[in-house]
Amino acid sequence: MARNKGRSATEVNAGSMADIAFLLLIFFLVTTTIASDKGLSLTLPPEKDDAEEIDLKIKERNLFKVAINSADRLLVEGERMDDYTKIKDMLIEHVLNPGNNPELAESPQDAIVSFKTDRGTSYEIYINVLDQLQGAYYQIYADRAGIPVDEFRALNTSNPKERAIYDKGKGDIPMAISIAEPTNIGGN
Amino acid sequence: MSKFKKKTSASQEIPTSALPDIIFMLLFFFMVTTVLRETEIKVEQKIPKAEQMKKIERKSLVTYLYIGKPKQTEKFGGEAKIQANDVFIEPKDVLLWVAKEKDKLSEQERDKITIALKVDSEAKMGIISDVQQQLRKANARKLMYNTRQLVNTDKENSLL
Repeated sequence: MARNKGRSATEVNAGSMADIAFLLLIFFLVTTTIASDKGLSLTLPPEKDDAEEIDLKIKERNLFKVAINSADRLLVEGERMDDYTKIKDMLIEHVLNPGNNPELAESPQDAIVSFKTDRGTSYEIYINVLDQLQGAYYQIYADRAGIPVDEFRALNTSNPKERAIYDKGKGDIPMAISIAEPTNIGGN
Repeated sequence: MSKFKKKTSASQEIPTSALPDIIFMLLFFFMVTTVLRETEIKVEQKIPKAEQMKKIERKSLVTYLYIGKPKQTEKFGGEAKIQANDVFIEPKDVLLWVAKEKDKLSEQERDKITIALKVDSEAKMGIISDVQQQLRKANARKLMYNTRQLVNTDKENSLL
């Protein structure tokens, strides 16, 4: 047959097409940075004039004091501390006060964390300590709800079923972490 | 003999012509799902790590502030600066900036605005607290400190 003569293969060789597409794909994967939308959330206290009327006296024993100076040294409950990872357990004990220690919080509802920094404190240590403080509260909440901490943090409060677990965990214990105005020794 | 020959002449190749289509589909998927960054970040961003991270619940209510040492130190100096949208602002300008950002949201949602702070880990608390004071004044009290996930190996290294 003359029809087939000389052009048995009319197909274009598209084998390398896949390679080209792969190159493009890999290029995209490498160049795009996936935006991270996770972090530590915090609510700032309202402006002073609103707060003045609710100027309650806080008993000394309810306060859990954390202070960091301009050289990133820690002072927790009046004692120097080098390893900030211990703060978490200290705070859990302070809030829950299982042994009714008269120096720790009266009740979990009354416990307040006062977190003070200096203007010269580095942001990294601030986040590390804040992480510990929040971790202590999430640990308490998760234990009450009876689920692992990771699961508790991932609860979606707009879903009523998950909201119920969240409320069971959080209950009436507020996450009372107060960021005090910094001192001005380190300067900037 | 000729009978067998005919059989072997059949093409042994696996048809791969659909492979590029599959890859292109993957490529398009990635291109569609990724959002291109609207603002060019002009400050250094070495985000600190933390364990107790939570997801931002409603992304539409979030606005970002970038704080850190400017990348072009010879032009802007070595002090940490605040970048909002595309420009450097002073702490006192934060109030105005928040007001502008709030205008972009609908009436009922204005007070739910969340400010995500993307701060370089070498920044000092002075500038952060200045910003926080301004945010309190602007009544934008929901904050999010952006962090990266702390992995267990980091913990071991830091203790050594």
